[in-house]
Amino acid sequence: VETSVPFSAHKCEGPSRSVETTPQELISFFRDMALMRRMEIAADSLYKAKLIRGFCHLYDGQEAVAVGMEAAITKKDCIITAYRDHCIFLERGGTLLEVFAELMGRRAGCSKGKGGSMHFYKKDSGFYGGHGIVGAQVPLGCGLAFAQKYSKDENVTFTLYGDGAANQGQLFEALNISCLLELPAILVCENNHYGMGTAEWRAAKSPAYYKRGDYAPGLKVDGMDAFAVKQACKFAKEHALKNGPIILEMDTYRYHGHSMSDPGSTYRTRDEISGVRQERDPIERIRKLILGLDLATEKELKDMEKEVRKEVDEAIAQAKESPNPDPSELFTNVYAKGYGVEAFGADRKEVRAALP
Amino acid sequence: KEMTVREALNSALDEEMSADPKVFLMGEEVGEYQGAYKISKGLLEKYGPERVLDTPITEAGFTGIGVGAAYYGLRPVVEFMTFNFSMQAIDHIINSAAKSNYMSAGQISVPIVFRGPNGAAAGVGAQHSQCYAAWYASCPGLKVLAPYSSEDARGLLKAAIRDPDPVVFLENELLYGESFPISAEAVDSSFCLPIGKAKIEREGKDVTITAFSKMVGLALKAAEILAKEGISAEIINLRSIRPLDRATINASVRKTNRLVTLEEGFPQHGVGAEICTSVIEESFGYLDAPVERIAGADVPMPYAANLERSAVPQVEDIVRAAKRACYRAVPMAATA
Repeated sequence: VETSVPFSAHKCEGPSRSVETTPQELISFFRDMALMRRMEIAADSLYKAKLIRGFCHLYDGQEAVAVGMEAAITKKDCIITAYRDHCIFLERGGTLLEVFAELMGRRAGCSKGKGGSMHFYKKDSGFYGGHGIVGAQVPLGCGLAFAQKYSKDENVTFTLYGDGAANQGQLFEALNISCLLELPAILVCENNHYGMGTAEWRAAKSPAYYKRGDYAPGLKVDGMDAFAVKQACKFAKEHALKNGPIILEMDTYRYHGHSMSDPGSTYRTRDEISGVRQERDPIERIRKLILGLDLATEKELKDMEKEVRKEVDEAIAQAKESPNPDPSELFTNVYAKGYGVEAFGADRKEVRAALP
Repeated sequence: KEMTVREALNSALDEEMSADPKVFLMGEEVGEYQGAYKISKGLLEKYGPERVLDTPITEAGFTGIGVGAAYYGLRPVVEFMTFNFSMQAIDHIINSAAKSNYMSAGQISVPIVFRGPNGAAAGVGAQHSQCYAAWYASCPGLKVLAPYSSEDARGLLKAAIRDPDPVVFLENELLYGESFPISAEAVDSSFCLPIGKAKIEREGKDVTITAFSKMVGLALKAAEILAKEGISAEIINLRSIRPLDRATINASVRKTNRLVTLEEGFPQHGVGAEICTSVIEESFGYLDAPVERIAGADVPMPYAANLERSAVPQVEDIVRAAKRACYRAVPMAATA
C-alpha cells in the first residue's frame, strides 16, 4: 500500500511511500484500533459515572501511532511515553482488564491500583510507563537507549512526547547527549496540535518539530496513517542502530479534550474536529483499504466492532469485580528493599508498618 | 593506618565498578578532568569512556538519562559537582527515581546513586552552600546517606551502589582531604555498612548529641570540651538520614535524658526537627530538659568570613547548648 502523503525529511533521505503489508496485518490494524477506540470511549463513560478518579487522558484519534509503531518493532525495543498511555500499554500486550482495573483503582490493575491512569507499565514487554511530568520521559527514554547500547543489545527506544513537551528544555539536553553518544534513541513527537488548550503555533516559534533537533535528523509522518507510521518507525529503528537519534513527528489529532476536565471545544472549532473525523480518521482509512482490496465485507467489519465492544464490556464487568487494593498495600513497593524499617500512616500511633 | 575521605570514596567506586559491570559513573568532569574534586581520579583510565562518562553541564538531561538507564537494570552513579546543582534535576530524583517502584507496584526498581558534595564549603556564597539532607530525606522512596569518616565513606558508598533503590549520597567538600584511621576490615573489598543504622561515635551518659557529615567532627570536639567540665556527651553519627535510626536515637535519649540535635542545614523543617519529634513521640517521659537544636542560621549563606562563621554551627554553640540541656548554663531568655 501507498502512504497517504509523502514523508518530509530533515537531514536524512526519507523512506519510500510504498509499504509492504499482509491481509492479516490490515485486519489486525483495524481490529486493534477499533478496540482502542472502544476502550477509550468506555473510559470516558466510566469517568462520567465517577468510577474513574483524578486525571484521565484519552487517546482516541491517535490510535494509528500506537499500532503502526508496534508493527515495526519487537518487544525487546522499549517504549516510554507521557500520561496518555492507555493504548500504548494495550498495544504492548497489556490486557483490557488490567487497563480498566487500574483506571478504577482495583487490585487487578496493571499497577495494582497504585499508579492510576497516567502510570501504566509493562516492563516484561519493554513498556516503561506512563509518566506524569511533561517532558521528563524524554531523558528517561534516552537513558533506556543508553542502557541498550551499554548492554550491547541491538534494540532501540521510542520516546513519545506531545507538541507541548516539544518545547521543554530537558528534551534538548537529552537529545544533545544522545547524539554525542550516538544512542539508539528515537524521539517521537505526537503532534496533536494542542498542548492542553494552547495551539502549537502559540507555544512554539517553529512548530516544525521534526526539524527542531537541528543537527539531529527528523521525519514528518502522517500520524493518522498506520502504514506511514509503521514505515517511519522501521526506518527510524534502522537509522538509530546505525547512526543514533532521529526525531519522528507524527501529525495526529485527539478527538477528546486534553483530559476529562476539558470539553476540548474552547480553543478549537467543532468543524475542525468533525473535519478530521471525516477526512483523516485512522480507522476509517484502514476500513476503506480493506473494503477496496476485498479482504472483508462491510458486515464482517461491523461484526468485528461488535465483538470488540463485547470484549470491552466484559473486561469492565470483570474489573468491577476486582476488589480494592488491600489496605496493607499502602506500605508495599515504597522500596525494592525496605529493610523492615518502620513507616507511618497519618496517625503514627494508630498505623505503622514495617517496609518490606 | 589512615585514609582520606577522598581515597575512601575513590576506592569504593573503583571496587564496585570492578565487581559489577553494570555500575558506571557519569557527571560533569568525572573523566578526563579526573573529577572536579578528584573523587573519580584514575577511573577513566581503568574503565574507559563507556563506563566513566563526561557529560555536558546539563543536569536535567544527564540525570534523566541516568534514571532511565537504572529503569533498564544498570547501576548508574550520577555525580553532581555539588548538590546545589541537583536542583536543576530534582524532578528526576523525586518524580522519576523515588516514585517509580511504588507507582508501578514493584515493576520498575531504580538502582541509582546520586552523589556529590553537599552543604557549605568555604567562601563560596549562598548558591553553592546549602545542605539538602532535609529536602531529600523528606521524600519516601529515596534513601539518604551522609558519611563522616573514611570508614563511613567506603562502607556507605558501597552499600549505596549495591542497593536496589535510589540513594542520595551526601558528601562534604571540606572532609574530602581529611584523614581518618581505618581498620583492616574497612579496607577489604567486601566491606559494607548497613543502610538505616546510626553509629554511636562516642559513648556518654549525660546528654545525647545527634549529628551527620562534617558536624560529627564538631560534636566530637565539643564532647572533649564538655568532658573537661564533667559532662559526658554521647555522640550519634546518623550515617543514614533516611531511613532514620529512630531506635538508636531514642535508646540513647532514654539513657541520657537530654538531647541536642546538630546540623548544618537550615533549622526550619530540618533533620533536627524530625529527630526532636521522634523523641517527643517515643521518649517524652524520659526527657529531663527541653530538646536543644543547633543548626545553620536561618539566612542564605553570606560570603564575608565573619558572617559565614556566624551562619554555620561552631563548637562553642554545641557546648553551650549541651550545657543548657544539662542545666549548667542559664538560658539567654532568662537573663534578659
